[in-house]
Amino acid sequence: MAKELIKGNQAFAEACLRAGCRFFSGYPITPQSDILEYLCWRMEEVGGECVQTESELAGINMVFGAASAGARALTTTSGPGFSLKQEGISYLCASDVPAVIADVMRIGAGLGDIFMGQGDYWQLTRGGGHGDYRTIVLAPASCQEMADHGYMAFDLAEKYRHPVIVASDANIGQMMESVELPEMTEHDIDKYDWAIRPRQEGEKQRVIWNRFWDIGEQQYPDYLRAKYAEMEANEQRWESVQTEDAEIVIVAYGISSRVAKSAIIRARREGIKLGMIRPITLWPYPRKAFDELGPQVKAFLDIEMNILGQMVDDVKLATDNRLPVEFYGEYWNVIDENKIISKVKDMLKRY
Amino acid sequence: MEFRIPKDIDLTQQASWCPGCGHGIICHVIAEAAKELGVSDRIVTVDDVACGQFAQYALKYNSIMGAHGRVVVTAAGVKRARPDALVIARPGDGSAYSIGIESTLYCGLRNENILNIVVNNSVFGMTGGQMSPTSLVGMKTATSPKGRDPKKNGTPVDISKLMTGTDMAYLARCAVNSPANIEKTKQCIKKALQKQMNGEGYCLVEILSMCPTNWGLSPEAACDYIKDTQSVAFPLGEFIDREGGIK
Repeated sequence: MAKELIKGNQAFAEACLRAGCRFFSGYPITPQSDILEYLCWRMEEVGGECVQTESELAGINMVFGAASAGARALTTTSGPGFSLKQEGISYLCASDVPAVIADVMRIGAGLGDIFMGQGDYWQLTRGGGHGDYRTIVLAPASCQEMADHGYMAFDLAEKYRHPVIVASDANIGQMMESVELPEMTEHDIDKYDWAIRPRQEGEKQRVIWNRFWDIGEQQYPDYLRAKYAEMEANEQRWESVQTEDAEIVIVAYGISSRVAKSAIIRARREGIKLGMIRPITLWPYPRKAFDELGPQVKAFLDIEMNILGQMVDDVKLATDNRLPVEFYGEYWNVIDENKIISKVKDMLKRY
Repeated sequence: MEFRIPKDIDLTQQASWCPGCGHGIICHVIAEAAKELGVSDRIVTVDDVACGQFAQYALKYNSIMGAHGRVVVTAAGVKRARPDALVIARPGDGSAYSIGIESTLYCGLRNENILNIVVNNSVFGMTGGQMSPTSLVGMKTATSPKGRDPKKNGTPVDISKLMTGTDMAYLARCAVNSPANIEKTKQCIKKALQKQMNGEGYCLVEILSMCPTNWGLSPEAACDYIKDTQSVAFPLGEFIDREGGIK
């Protein structure tokens, strides 16, 4: 199929439609709004429902209804709006309802600002709401991956009856690249026997509620642990870049990984053995990528666009804290290739 | 009124309502309305957490337990995904008029083609009888021990006044404190479901409902409280009744 030049947010939105998503409800917030804008005209063309809701809460809870009814349903947001969606995501998890949520990240707590950033890692990977839950989190690093992840997210969500979050950022969402979009598909809302539709005479009642009421509160912990263990075993995704002989391994996702790749090319020209693990799933965290590393690795450099280094702990956990993990973060600005290289040179002197 | 258990009532599970509670009657009325219209196989309900949620045990319909305050907008999501279903949201007054007021209003402004049955017992029931948006002026509750004071707590929500600026299809207030009122409630629910089938849009039927436990009254006295006090503050009747297909 021919490639087309398209914005990341639009590639994501179009790919979701082509995955059979026929329901969207959401609220304007920068830098997510072009997904909402795109779907407000495009959804009608494919015969779906697109609602600009009264709030982020309404957006996620309308998705809860449509998804419970069996539709492939989507809501999207950014930073502050993502906080507001957490209760709904918690309900989706507690009720085993598959849906897709996108967080086009920005920077900072509170209002923060609309600039590019990776401010929501903690919230994304720990389950940002109440109770025992996490979600699969996909982190696209290109417009092509915005399309690929949007398309894949619905399959993953239905495979596990669980919400999936696509976590991009202002850069990936707003920039344009050439993208090969997937084929248009239709989704059958009666595909699954849990989907809520009017009960016909003689049929077993279908109820969406706390799943432990179906499974039994004594059995539910085992059920839930097994569900998460299965996701952790099967869904770790990553890209390893020149890690075979790397002495310093960068760990970066999304837009930060794009800059890091350029830094690796330059560093290698100077004879510096630099590599990278790029987590594609932020949860489950790609521990397997770290297991594959050789003994030549001296230290890790976590690179993110936030202040406190939100992913540092996960790198330490993935390596059982055996090697040093340092952090280079940018706030307000994009990651600087030169700063990566000087930081790596400094690390090589010390390790 | 028929003194037989409607087929949509599930007797195999236990709905743990207090003696004299109005919720069980309301479920009965919904099941009778569905039977009389012949639409049992078209209904989906979205129930709120707390006392109203027990309806998922009492009624045989396929149903969703929505988040507190969000059931009406969750119901709108179901309806948009399955336009042929008759979708009923079942919040309480705390859910619909306090934490969820934005969606109660906006479903009216968008004229979502659903039925919102709001059970109004003038308290937060499950949490122990705290003041709700419809607690009456002077009403003593767990959080208004000296009685609701409008200067401190604001005035009660009368939904019939709030919704009049919308294009919604139908708004009525009923009660389940007497056989005559129960029959009227059923007629209002039937009318609203018929409007949903016609595609007329958003219907809200508020039902004044007894909460003897949190009112500190016997079941009989609670019925009288609706007659003598609650329905005086919140008069029964049909307030909006538009005809014709909007959607």
